[in-house]
Amino acid sequence: MPSVTYIEHNGTEYRIEVEDGLSVMRGAVDNGVPGIDGDCGGECACATCHVYVDEAWLAKTGTPSEQEASMLSFAATAQPNSRLSCQIAMTAELDGLVVRMPEAQH
Amino acid sequence: MNAPVAPAGDAWTTPLDQLDPSHPALFQTQTHWPYFERLRREAPVHHSTSSPFFGPYWSVVKYKDIMQVEVNHKVFSSDSSFGGISIRDRPKDLRLPMFIAMDPPQHDEQRKVVQPIVAPANLAKLEGIIRERVCRILDGLPRGEEFNWVEHVSIELTVQMLATLFDFPFEDRRKLSFWSDCATMPVEAGGYVTSEEKREEVFAELLAYFTGLWNQRVNAEPRPDLVSMLAHGEATRNMSPREFLGNLILLIVGGNDTTRNSISGGLLFLNQNPGEYAKLRANPALIESMVPEIIRYQTPLAHMRRTALTDFELGGQRIRAGDKVVMWYVSGNRDPEAIEEPERFIIDRKRPRQHLSFGFGIHRCVGNRLAELQLKILWEEILRRFERIEVVGEPRRVFSSFVNGIAELPVRIAA
Ligand code: HEM
Ligand code: FES
Repeated sequence: MPSVTYIEHNGTEYRIEVEDGLSVMRGAVDNGVPGIDGDCGGECACATCHVYVDEAWLAKTGTPSEQEASMLSFAATAQPNSRLSCQIAMTAELDGLVVRMPEAQH
Repeated sequence: MNAPVAPAGDAWTTPLDQLDPSHPALFQTQTHWPYFERLRREAPVHHSTSSPFFGPYWSVVKYKDIMQVEVNHKVFSSDSSFGGISIRDRPKDLRLPMFIAMDPPQHDEQRKVVQPIVAPANLAKLEGIIRERVCRILDGLPRGEEFNWVEHVSIELTVQMLATLFDFPFEDRRKLSFWSDCATMPVEAGGYVTSEEKREEVFAELLAYFTGLWNQRVNAEPRPDLVSMLAHGEATRNMSPREFLGNLILLIVGGNDTTRNSISGGLLFLNQNPGEYAKLRANPALIESMVPEIIRYQTPLAHMRRTALTDFELGGQRIRAGDKVVMWYVSGNRDPEAIEEPERFIIDRKRPRQHLSFGFGIHRCVGNRLAELQLKILWEEILRRFERIEVVGEPRRVFSSFVNGIAELPVRIAA
C-alpha cells in the first residue's frame, strides 16, 4: 500500500499506509492522526482537512478544482501549497507523499 | 398579543400535499419533529403550497440531499435579490445586502475581509478574554434561588463576546442583543417588532450607532476588530450604508442568537440526560466531543434557504428555476441514515462534528470554531464550580421556524 507522512504543526510525524483510491483525509481520520478534522466527510464542503503539500510532491498531487480553491481561499492559514486532503486520492504514484498540517482547522 | 397557535391537523394524517412543516408555532411548541420524520420517510424532497406566511417552497429534509444543495451554489443561490437565506421573503425594498446572502464573486471578496477574526492566532487571544468573562459571570450567579439562565448566562456571555469582536462600547452591549432579537423576530410573534416599519426604525438606530464607530476607525490604523476590518477592507470600505447595515446585522445575528441558544440548550440536554451528565462529571475531557453534539442537538438555525437558478432534479423531484428551496438542518441532523441514533443526545460520539448546524460549502459558518470555543470554556468553568445546575421549569421557546430559540430557562443552583 502507498504511504503518506503526515506532519503535525508541532512537528510530530505519522507514517500511514493508505489504500489505493482512499483520500489523504481518510488516511488521517481513520487512523486517528490528529490535526485533520474532515467535518464534511470528504465533500469538499468544510475545509477542515486543510494540509500543506510538500513542495516536492506538488506536481504529482495536481491542482485544486474551482470548488476546492474557493473553500481554501477563506482559510486564514492558506498558502500557495495548500490543499484539501479529501480531494487527493492515493495512488501508487503518490507513495511517500508528505503533507503538513496548519496550526488549526477552521 | 398572543402568537398564533400551531395549525390543526396531524403530522401523520394530513394529506402529504397539504403538509406545511414551516409554521413557526410548530417549533415553538416542539411539535415539528413528526412532520420531519414523516417527510424523511415519505417525501424527502417535498413541495408545500399551504404556508400562511411563506408562499410555496420545497423542503429538503435528508442529510445527503441537503449536502447536495449546499455544495451546488451555482444552481442554488443565496442572493438577497431572490429572497436570500431564510424561508420568509422580506418585502423587496427592505431586503438587505450582506455577504451571507450573496453569491460569488462578491460573497468571496467580502467574506475574506472578516475571516481573519477567527484566524488561529486571534482565537488564541480571545480564549483568555472569554475565560475571564465566563468566570466573572458564573461567580456572580444567584445561589439557592430560581433565575433565568438565558438572561443571566446565555445572553450575557454572547453579547460580551460580540462587544469584544466589534470593539463595541461595553456599557452599551445589551443594545447588541436587542438589535439581534429585532432583526430575526417575526412580526406575528407578538414582540417589540410588530411591523416592518418598526424594524426599519430599529435598524436606523443601529446604523447610526455603528456609523459613529466606523468614522472613528476609518481614520485610525487598522485593528483586529470587525468594524475596523470592514472600514479598511478593500472589498468593504466603499459599501453603501444599506450594505454596511446588512453586514452588521449578519455579524450581530450570526454570533449572537446561535451561540446563545446552544448555551441554553446544552444545560437543558444535560438535565434531561442524567446519564450523560454523570459521564461528563466523571470525565471532563468529554467536553471536546460534547460541544459539537450540543450544537447538533440544538440546531440553532433550523434551516437555510436557497433559490434555484435553473431546473434541477433532486431526490426524484424536478425543482424549477425560481423555486424556493429550504434545507431543514433540524431534520438532516436527525437523519438516521447519516447519524447513528440521531434522536439521542450522546456526548462521546465518534464523529461529533458531522452535523449540519454550521452549514457546508462556501457559506459555512465563519464563527464555528469561535462558537465552540465559547461553549468549551463555559463548560470547563461550570464543572470547576458547580456540582449541579438544576433546570426547575419548562423552557419557554420563541415563535420562529428559523431561529431555534429558548427565551427562558428557569434554573437553580444549590446555596
Ligand atoms: C453555534 C453557533 C452558530 C451556529 C449554529 C451558526 C450557524 C451558521 C450557519 C448555518 C451558517 C451558514 C449559512 C448558509 O449556509 O447560508 C452560518 C454562517 C455565518 N455565520 Fe454562523 N453560526 C454560529 C456562530 C457564529 C458566530 C459566533 C459568528 C461570529 C463571528 C458567526 C458568523 C457567521 C457568518 C459571518 C456567516 C456567513 C458566512 C458566509 O456566508 O460565507 N456565526 N452560521
Ligand atoms: S473533509 Fe470537508 S473539505 Fe475535505
